[in-house]
Amino acid sequence: MDVLERKAALTGIGQSDVGRRLNRDPLELTVDACLAAIADAGLTRDDIDGLSTYPGPPIGGAAGFSGAGIVDIHDILRLKLDWYCGGPELPGQLGAVINACAAVATGLARHVLCFRTVYESTAQGGGRRRGIGVGGAGGGGSFRAGGFMQWVLPYGAASAANWIAMMARRHFHEYGTTREQLGQIALNARKNAGRNPKAIYRDPMTMDDYLNVRMVSDPFCLYDCDVPVDGSTAFVVSAVDAAKDTRKKPLRVEAVGSALRGRPSWDQFDDLTTMALRDASAMMWERTDLTPRDVDVAELYDGFSFIAMAWLEALGFCGKGEGGPFIEGGERIALDGEIPLNTHGGQLSAGRLHGFGFLHEACVQLWGEGGERQVAGEPGVAVAAAGGGPLGGCLLLTND
Amino acid sequence: MSEKPFRIKPAVTDENEHFWQGGADGELRFLRCKACRSYIHPPAPICGECLTKDYAPEAVSGRARLVTYTVNHQPWIPGFDPPYVIAIVEIEEQPSVRLTTNLVNCEIDDIAIGMPLRVVFEQLDDETYLPLFEPAGE
Repeated sequence: MDVLERKAALTGIGQSDVGRRLNRDPLELTVDACLAAIADAGLTRDDIDGLSTYPGPPIGGAAGFSGAGIVDIHDILRLKLDWYCGGPELPGQLGAVINACAAVATGLARHVLCFRTVYESTAQGGGRRRGIGVGGAGGGGSFRAGGFMQWVLPYGAASAANWIAMMARRHFHEYGTTREQLGQIALNARKNAGRNPKAIYRDPMTMDDYLNVRMVSDPFCLYDCDVPVDGSTAFVVSAVDAAKDTRKKPLRVEAVGSALRGRPSWDQFDDLTTMALRDASAMMWERTDLTPRDVDVAELYDGFSFIAMAWLEALGFCGKGEGGPFIEGGERIALDGEIPLNTHGGQLSAGRLHGFGFLHEACVQLWGEGGERQVAGEPGVAVAAAGGGPLGGCLLLTND
Repeated sequence: MSEKPFRIKPAVTDENEHFWQGGADGELRFLRCKACRSYIHPPAPICGECLTKDYAPEAVSGRARLVTYTVNHQPWIPGFDPPYVIAIVEIEEQPSVRLTTNLVNCEIDDIAIGMPLRVVFEQLDDETYLPLFEPAGE
């Protein structure tokens, strides 16, 4: 198999301030992250000839879900681009990075700047989190839901918390998974966040805390749900021949997973206990001789705790349905465990940077820049995965 | 959910009115392909299984089984007060056709995945009837 993405490498990472209600212009956060990534790669903006993002420009009805689009950053930085692409219909948030890999591998660009900006904390203000699309309801009663939302909004199923809670409930039913097991995803994230100075929630969490906090959508309690933040994350993806000019040792892309082989639907997909994660993971392993046993660190989307467990299963760190017993007690996924998971605290405790935070942390670990949270033994292979439900994409990186 | 909640209405169109208006006749209806006999959901301009355009709305029995559920505790929508039960059900005639819906007339402690259900309708206005599901007994 001709695995073209191996012509791509991660050469620089950048991240803005990350926090609750920063009340800063999301374009400024984006610029901060982008310039940091370009500098980290040892490049200048004149070297950037590609631009990629998810989910595109800010849209109504989803407050703070996007802070900048392609046109914004193209113009602000006066970039001269040969290739650019931004949009929401991708294999998860990291689909924007997978697109960049394809662009440099096919010669459409040499250095692609990828970014993702959220300002959900400031945009949602002091109010509670809203459901998706509910912003259009207004309260006047004249709003009517179309598209996919017509099948869920009339039933008050207004959030991915509801849709994914039902996936978790099905997993509990089929495999006997328990809340105490699932809670280890949240506890592990909080423990690691304690070692990450940029994380939002760093105070220790106990299993009692987890089991006694209020429910959101059964079996999900508050601590199964990630924390909205403001922040921007950026990467430079370079063609391997162009990467010879960069400052740091390039992180090679060994394989990507972008597949979705079932129906692209939250409720019509054949297996509700895995969904897109199954297909993206399968595709990634089809494209490499490496196996899950070769992976030293896993940064797996935890917008809801269950998704991280489902990625562990889909990626083959344990068998299908065995996620509960695998994470029970938390030792296996701890910083010094057999597969350290979400070493920065994940979205549950470090903040909802929406997918890009996981790839950022995978690069941090492979470059040995983790400081207090650095995984011992110089990790050489990392997997970063983002998305849940019918959205999912993953990348396998090596520093050899 | 003894009091009727405020519900956001679906946008009823030529393509989906067989579904949202079936409740006027007490019928749960889906498009059904006349060639391969598959039910088509959500409504589409072609049968996604056999790619023929020969289809028509057809009533099903209204019997279904519970695939999964969640008890929602978060107030997402003003006037739609928690707790309430959101469910995914599969229809008896073709289990690959699923609906996200509300489970009603059922104590939370009595909910069991796999339990048999039957459709009931909640009328929202002259052209909109929401299919909900309640326990059917064995």
